[in-house]
Amino acid sequence: MAENNSLWYEFKKGLWQDLPPFRLVLGTCPTLAVTNSVLNGISMGLATLFVLLSANIIISALRKYIAPQVRIAVYVVIIALLVTVADLYLAAQFPAISKALGPYVPLIIVNCIILGRAEGFAQKNPVVPSVMDALGIGIGFTLSLAVMGAIREVLGFGTVLNFMVLSPTWFEPWIVMILPAGAFIVFGGLVALVNYISSRKAAKTV
Amino acid sequence: MKLLMIFISASLINNFVLTYFLGICPFVGVSNKTENALNMGLATTFVMTLTAAVTWPVYYYILVKYNVPYLQYAAFIIIIAALVQFVEMYIRKSSPSLYRALGIYLPLITTNCAVLGLALFMVMREYNYIESIVFGFATGVGFTLAILMMSGIREELEFADIPKPFQGISITLIIAGMMALAFMGFAGLIRG
Repeated sequence: MAENNSLWYEFKKGLWQDLPPFRLVLGTCPTLAVTNSVLNGISMGLATLFVLLSANIIISALRKYIAPQVRIAVYVVIIALLVTVADLYLAAQFPAISKALGPYVPLIIVNCIILGRAEGFAQKNPVVPSVMDALGIGIGFTLSLAVMGAIREVLGFGTVLNFMVLSPTWFEPWIVMILPAGAFIVFGGLVALVNYISSRKAAKTV
Repeated sequence: MKLLMIFISASLINNFVLTYFLGICPFVGVSNKTENALNMGLATTFVMTLTAAVTWPVYYYILVKYNVPYLQYAAFIIIIAALVQFVEMYIRKSSPSLYRALGIYLPLITTNCAVLGLALFMVMREYNYIESIVFGFATGVGFTLAILMMSGIREELEFADIPKPFQGISITLIIAGMMALAFMGFAGLIRG
């Protein structure tokens, strides 16, 4: 039971306590770049989840065989090859999404979340907790991107997943939301919101 | 003329930080003091120029020649990591004072997505060798400019009364949004 609890904890912590973009402020580039629509945000999140999960499994399984001096280089090569797989798969199966995400798919390689989890978790833990860790962080990341995408898509186009939510007859879309500037402002606002909620929570428990 | 266009476009109009969101980690992390920001910018510019100069021949004369362009991601990241390592060793031997100023920033550059992004854009836009080097240098200049401006604003901000939840990263991102809006004005420079 105790073990189940700790596995559940490894999963759960990615959803709020270590929520990647807002709490750890890792993986900011894709968070800002591909969240001009919900669909792009979710696809990016899932691609990252795949790479994160596979990288955590491989690195955790090989953790006794990788010499500590060269570990970062080994991790980066493993991640780069996994990202190549994800990129080619997206290009073959979902060419439209692959085109919309553009260079941000290969840039998953330098997404600090993945290297951070490899270095901070997978290299010290067995495979099963590493899987839970990757799932939690990956799903937390995907949800964060979806929320960012939803806010920007609703305000910028008046749609969610291409369904009209705010009718153009009375709603003037805020063009700034789909521009780079909007990404920074929404992200900054959400970081502040997360800070506010967690400081309220902390105040309650004391 | 084309070289000038590439330079202006990469440093101002399509500034990597403010329009492609590349290199946000150091942009937020190292922009609290002007001096650190300048050093980080210079080190990054140097590595970027070098990256463009090295990845271009590797891509066209090795990966394309032997028909394995799908290995480009792995190849690029290894090149960048190796370059950063060599630059670090070289600076440590040749100029200890420069090493003290830049030393701690150099390893960070490996995971700066702007450097990998630069190599990817260079291939996607099919620049020739000279254009690639100019592009690499201009991207570095653009990065330096953005991080320097941000550090200037943040130094002033230390005395401002910011609501608690907004302090730190949050306000930095919102300011970056304002800067992105301001940089959109540069779009008129080309085709004006």
